[in-house]
Amino acid sequence: MTATLGAQADTFPKLVRANAETLPRKTAIREKDLGIWQAYTWRDYWEQSRLIALGLASLGFARGDKTAVVGDNRPRLYWAVCATQALGGIPVPLYQDSIEKELAYIVDHAEARFAIVEDQEQVDKLLHLRAQCPRLEFIVYDNARGLRAYSEPNLMSLEELLERGRKFEQNHANYVEDEVAKGRADDTAIICYTSGTTGTPKGAMLSHHGLIVTARNSAAAEGLDASEEILSYLPMAWVGDHVFSYAQSVITGFAANCPESAATVLHDLKEIGPTYFFAPPRIWETILTNVLLRLDDCAWPKRKLVHFFLDLAQGMERRRLAGQPVSLLPRLLYPLGRALVYGPLRDNLGMRRVRRAYTAGEAIGPEIFVFFRALGINVKQLYGMTEASVFVTIQRDGDVRLDSVGTAIPGVEIRISGTGEVQFRGAGVFQGYYKNAEATRDAVHDGWLSSGDAGFLDASGHLKIIDRAKDLSRLSTGTIFPPKFIENKLKFSPYVKEAVCVGQDRPFVTALINIDLAAVGNWAERRGIAYTSYTDLSQKPEVYALIHDEVTRVNASLRDDEVLRGATLRRFLILHKELDPDDEEITRTRKVRRGYIAQKYADLIEALYSDRTHVQVEAKVTYEDGRSGTIRADVTIRDVE
Amino acid sequence: MTANGGPRPLLEVDEVSVRFGALMALTKVSLDIARGEIVAIIGPNGAGKTTLINVISGFYRPYEGHILFDGKDRTHLRPPDVAALGVARTFQNVALFKGMSVLDNIMTGRLLKMHGSFLLDALWWGPARRQELANREVVERLIDFLEIQAIRKTQAGKLPYGLQKRVELARALAAEPALLLLDEPMAGMNVEEKEDMCRFILDVNSEFGTTIALIEHDMGVVMDISHRVAVLDYGRKIADGTPDEVRKAQAVIDAYLGVAHE
Repeated sequence: MTATLGAQADTFPKLVRANAETLPRKTAIREKDLGIWQAYTWRDYWEQSRLIALGLASLGFARGDKTAVVGDNRPRLYWAVCATQALGGIPVPLYQDSIEKELAYIVDHAEARFAIVEDQEQVDKLLHLRAQCPRLEFIVYDNARGLRAYSEPNLMSLEELLERGRKFEQNHANYVEDEVAKGRADDTAIICYTSGTTGTPKGAMLSHHGLIVTARNSAAAEGLDASEEILSYLPMAWVGDHVFSYAQSVITGFAANCPESAATVLHDLKEIGPTYFFAPPRIWETILTNVLLRLDDCAWPKRKLVHFFLDLAQGMERRRLAGQPVSLLPRLLYPLGRALVYGPLRDNLGMRRVRRAYTAGEAIGPEIFVFFRALGINVKQLYGMTEASVFVTIQRDGDVRLDSVGTAIPGVEIRISGTGEVQFRGAGVFQGYYKNAEATRDAVHDGWLSSGDAGFLDASGHLKIIDRAKDLSRLSTGTIFPPKFIENKLKFSPYVKEAVCVGQDRPFVTALINIDLAAVGNWAERRGIAYTSYTDLSQKPEVYALIHDEVTRVNASLRDDEVLRGATLRRFLILHKELDPDDEEITRTRKVRRGYIAQKYADLIEALYSDRTHVQVEAKVTYEDGRSGTIRADVTIRDVE
Repeated sequence: MTANGGPRPLLEVDEVSVRFGALMALTKVSLDIARGEIVAIIGPNGAGKTTLINVISGFYRPYEGHILFDGKDRTHLRPPDVAALGVARTFQNVALFKGMSVLDNIMTGRLLKMHGSFLLDALWWGPARRQELANREVVERLIDFLEIQAIRKTQAGKLPYGLQKRVELARALAAEPALLLLDEPMAGMNVEEKEDMCRFILDVNSEFGTTIALIEHDMGVVMDISHRVAVLDYGRKIADGTPDEVRKAQAVIDAYLGVAHE
């Protein structure tokens, strides 16, 4: 069924309509509302998308118009995406937690005429920025709560839009069908603004054809079918969610499940029991940290038992990943561990039914990767980019390795440039950056897209990523210094949330560390260490001692490596505030913005390379509503032997 | 009462006095609250604010004066009867059932709307089942409204203070009150929690049309969200008007600055 489903359909609206005919009663999307999972079939999916499209048409939506979509993952917002595409328009999903300034830039740059948003929070931001973005005309909201008293022109609820759509249909019976028929495979399906670790966001234009081919090839390579269940919890603005929750769901017919709220994700995960699950490394880290924390609170017999079996399984998994044989005793004990520890733990995490799980976006700490695989969860790494419609490589079942991101998916070719940069080409490669020909020229050469990552292909075609090409550098002693690699090692500690390593053209490596408030807070409470705030906790001598041990552990593992022996950490400090996307220190997808940090914390970095042991700092922080304040602190610097 | 020809107020407090032994906690206080209004009751510590709320909700009996709700005299009703009339309240010190889940706590707010027979409830059959489902839906709407989905099944006693306050508000709303009395809904909250609570109070007022009387110390909050402000001092009402009028009233300034009473 997968192969034939809408085989002639060359755009997403055509595919959705085909699903409505071939799978009318199959659940397409669910949403937990009022505590109950509400299911919508493919017929509902198409009918609702069609009505939204009619409503938009009644407002004068023209082909090529853009709709900004802002909010948590909600069925109605996915339908808004489909409706926009049905009319030959281009949806532009935006990060729902963006502050007004960031929204304004993208809404203005994308020239969005329409916005379909979740609730009052987004409406307030958009109403405010409509003054500066004259092209934005209509704002439609899903949740009317708090908005009844608003009387701004061209602001309406989705119900009103649907009502307009029904009226419009009376005089334009086949309007949407006609518009859908005009759609072409190489039309732009979506513009995804990349969060941009450097400078302003860029809008990557992806075509229907590119997304369909990529989604179809990746689904075929991984054996996805209509029976899969996924949890749609990652921001809609991120290309990954668009591919997993929309493109692949439409292609294969599987069901996407929208959690009740951002705070209930881990709980909803348990209720849904997805078969196909994607999480960036930080989510895997969070889950692992939660498990370890709860384990710390157990009575010691239980703790010992669980640790014994976890160590056993991890030992086995490490040998397996390294291609070594596993001896008899662990193999005999494993079933017992499955009955006592692994099975119950998987069930508790909501991963009992997971057949395939993925991690991507950043390198994952090997310890985290091994932990989940040891439990029997088939976590695999994939490598992708917004500009490639996500998929470039995937680790195949039975061929999973620690240090590679897998082999190219069908239809994608990879090569390594003279400077060691990974480049690739294939149907999924984007059409260019919207209104930014210069950036497009920089990224694409003769159809080959530059990834910006340094890496190499091994003899069996496995791609290995070392670091960002521009981040990879050398110490003044000549030793190779891969900052992200070391940072990931640090971040495996449950106590370290974020780390930034410095060392380019310096005599040795140093680190700025962010502690994990939940984990270190819990640790401090159990030891009776009182603290008032993040800043206070971060500068406690006990916390420094704790992090010192973690740094020593990382140094030990670096010394094991032939090439990186000289890149051990000599000095570190714990930052007095959390790195925050609102302060532009990390991106919304939590990637460290190295250049900005080097600038902002120049004083601290200079102090790391002096003989000072304390620095006075005063930092500006930006709150979610755009206001700012300052934090003052005395930051300690520690030497590591 | 309706001398100005307007519609009859929802609540009329007419020259009510409350005394504890020799102490006059309230002295001839009159206060009308119109339908759909948000009225703030402010005043220095010991001014009689909570006493006024307590006398409205039937916890205290007035020594003299009358209280009319919806035009009917109900001066001497006990708290359960007042609740049955459509008055719900929250408490200055959170009063949740600490061992029960958030969901169950809010469900208790529906008790007055439930009419069961012991046998049917025990069997969870027929009308009993339908009734529980209907009530659960109302409660779920409130959980959604107050954005507490993530703590639905959490024990109330384990929650941080700000969230307990929110759960208490949910329980009061579960009774679908015509008049909601909030005793310091924002006490002990940080700025962000206060902003959330303000938004919830305004939303309750505009979405459900609930009339709200609240006691609050944070003047910024009071001036921002209330339509009208009544000021008490030493058990007497010394001012009553829009936030702007009250801010300028000399008696209020004196009361807050602690000018000596001769």
